[in-house]
Parts: sequence; structure tokens; C-alpha cells
Amino acid sequence: MVTLGIFDAFTPQNVQYLLGGLGITVGVSIISVILSFIAGSVIGIVQFERIPYFSKFVGTINNIIRNLPLLLIIFFVYFALPKLGIHLPIFWATVVAMSTFESSMLAEIVRGGLESIDEGQFEGARANGLTNIQTMFYIVLPQAYKKMIPPIISQLISLVKDTSLAMGIVLAEMTYRGQIIYAQNSTYIIPVLIAITLVYFLLNYGLSLVAKWFDHRLA
Amino acid sequence: MTLLQNNFPTFLQGFGYTLLSSIIALIISMILGTFFAILQILPQKWVQKIGNVYVQVFRNIPLLIITFFFFLVVAKVIPMNGFTAGTIALSLYTSAFIAETVRAGILSVDNGQMEGARANGLSFSQSMRYIILPQAFKIALPSLGNQFINLVKNSSILAFVGGLDLMYQGNMVAATTFDTFSTYIIVALFYLVITLPLSYYMQNLERKLKHAA
Repeated sequence: MVTLGIFDAFTPQNVQYLLGGLGITVGVSIISVILSFIAGSVIGIVQFERIPYFSKFVGTINNIIRNLPLLLIIFFVYFALPKLGIHLPIFWATVVAMSTFESSMLAEIVRGGLESIDEGQFEGARANGLTNIQTMFYIVLPQAYKKMIPPIISQLISLVKDTSLAMGIVLAEMTYRGQIIYAQNSTYIIPVLIAITLVYFLLNYGLSLVAKWFDHRLA
Repeated sequence: MTLLQNNFPTFLQGFGYTLLSSIIALIISMILGTFFAILQILPQKWVQKIGNVYVQVFRNIPLLIITFFFFLVVAKVIPMNGFTAGTIALSLYTSAFIAETVRAGILSVDNGQMEGARANGLSFSQSMRYIILPQAFKIALPSLGNQFINLVKNSSILAFVGGLDLMYQGNMVAATTFDTFSTYIIVALFYLVITLPLSYYMQNLERKLKHAA
């Protein structure tokens, strides 16, 4: 039987195993992006509203988290929080760490988006008798989110890439599973790394095209 | 506190390696990033394509994969340790983001600047070097600063390949002392020493430039 050396690594079993890892990668990304979108919006709005002391406080905490490596936050959630009695399974520890980190990033995007909205929009809405909260929800946020779609998608791209860091706490996502496969046979290293790279690339390049499309349509 | 005292040299060594890797990667990625940014704005279509493909590839794959590629594959041909492999990966990865930033900077410089320079008899590369790039870098400075902050944070990737950096040393201390909580807090403080002042400086700079504009 003739075998093509490069493709030996991709037995049906291994392919299935890697695809399972892709599922975890995508799963962590989707849950994290939803959670961090909600949390990031709240934090961004709080910072924008300039509530005495509280906004400054939230802003400082946000800056601290934003300026730490994600890897450190992942390790902290998984290895240090148990000291405080908080035990999380690997999957959820990853989700919590990623959401915390990403929401600090998204909060900056939301704040920037809100600040770019013209002052007149607030005044006009208020003059039409809307309350502060109504103005925010019906007038300002919809416009701000429209502008934020491209940067939010870029953030999603880095989220997908960053899930690979979770192999540090042995989450069985795609990068980790690749390592398991080439640990059995070192000739598999190059084909498996290339395959994983391609999957990440296609996933993220697709997302970046979506961002570009929005950018074009909104501009 | 005793944890910090007992392991201070270890943390300091890690801090040094993190800083060293970040600075080397910053220099390399600035050069590479500027190079690929210029490729993308040259008139020749195929040159643009090369620049574009480079940026898209390195932007869209995880840094960890690039690091593994150098540590597991390239290191078989050209021997290198984790620190070197990680720093090379970091440079390539960051250069894609810097290329985007610099390209945006160049594009935001008014077209007349180039025309004026060319009309005064400067060659394309002279106009680029003396007229366009200085202005582009000034515009791009805040986002370049943010890229450097990202670079420092991303250098924690070295921990995966035994790069002796802050994150790696932190994991070592955590594994030997079992005091994961204090260890990671100390590691966090060390990172913040670099990133937080830079981040506040960049925010101020951004505000200043916004008012100036």
C-alpha cells in the first residue's frame, strides 16, 4: 500500500479528535464573547457616565485587568481561586478568565464608541422628553454599537486565537489536542501544526472579512 | 511578603527576561512592521499582495502556534532555545499588527505631502523617509504604544517553551511553594510595573493629540 507520509497523521480517529478540540475552541469563544459583551457594555457605560468615585474605581480595576497578560489571568482563575474556596472545572475556568479579560477590552471599545456619539444626540433625545436611561437605550447605544461592530469582531478574532492559551491549564482545545497527537509520533508535528494553523486562519480570516464588510457598509 | 523575599532573585530574573524579550521583539517588529506597511502602499499590485498576505497570516493565527512552530520545527534545523524561539515568534506576530498601524498612519498623511516632496525633487524612498514616515509615526504613536503593551503581555507566551520569563518563573515558584495565590499576585504586580504607566501615558497622549487636532 502506498502511503503519503504527510497525511498519515490524519487518521479518521485523529481528525475526529481534533475537530472535537475545535468544538471546544468555538464553544469557549462563543460563551466568552456573549458574557464579555454584556459585562463590557456595563463597564463601558459606567465609565462613560462619570458617576462620582464609582466610575473612577471601576475604570481603575478595568485598567489593571486590561494591562495583565491573559495567560496570568487564566492561571490565576484556575490555580489561585481554589485557595479562596472557588473551584471551577477547566472549561468554566477558561470561560471566566477569558470573559474577564475580554470584557475589560470591550469596555474600552464601548466607552470609545459612546464618546464618539455627538452631544446633540443626547440633547435632542432629552428635549424630546426621553429619560436618561431611555436616551441611552433607544438613541445612543444603537448608534454606538453600529460603530463598534468592526472593533468588536477584531476582539472576537483575538478571543478565538487566545483560547489556545488555555492549553496551559490542560483544556483539551484544538492546540492541546494537536500536541497530544504529535507527542505520539514526532513526524506528525509539521502536518498537524499546519492543519491547526489553517483551521485557525480560515476561522479568523472569515471573521475579519465580516468585519471589513460591516466597515464598508457602515462607512 | 516572605514569599516575595525568598524568591526575589527568581522574580527579578523573570522580569529581566520578559523585559529583554519585549524590547528585542519591539525593535524587530517595528522594522518588519514598517517594511510590510510600505509594501502594502507601493503602487505595484503584486508587492501589495505580498505585504497583505504576510499581515493577514500573522494576524489570524495564534501566537502560541507560531511559537511552537519555531520551538518544535525550526529549532530542529537551526538550534535555538525557548527564549529565542518565543522572541522570534513574538516579533513576527507583533509586526503584523504594527504593519496595520503604520499603514493607517501613512494613509492618514495628506497626499499633498508626497506630491510636494516629489515636486521638490526627492525620490520616492527619500520622501518616505524624510517627509511621510516621521509624520505617520507621530499619528500612529498612541496605537504603537498600545502594541508595545500587548507585546509585553504576550511575552508571557515564553512560559510555554521554557523561556525563563516572568510567567515561567511565577509558575515555578507557585509549583514549589504551593502558594499560588500570592505568587500570581506578585507576578501580576511585576507586569503592571511595566504596562500600567505606559498605558496611562498613552491615554494622556491620545487625549492631547485629540485636542491638538
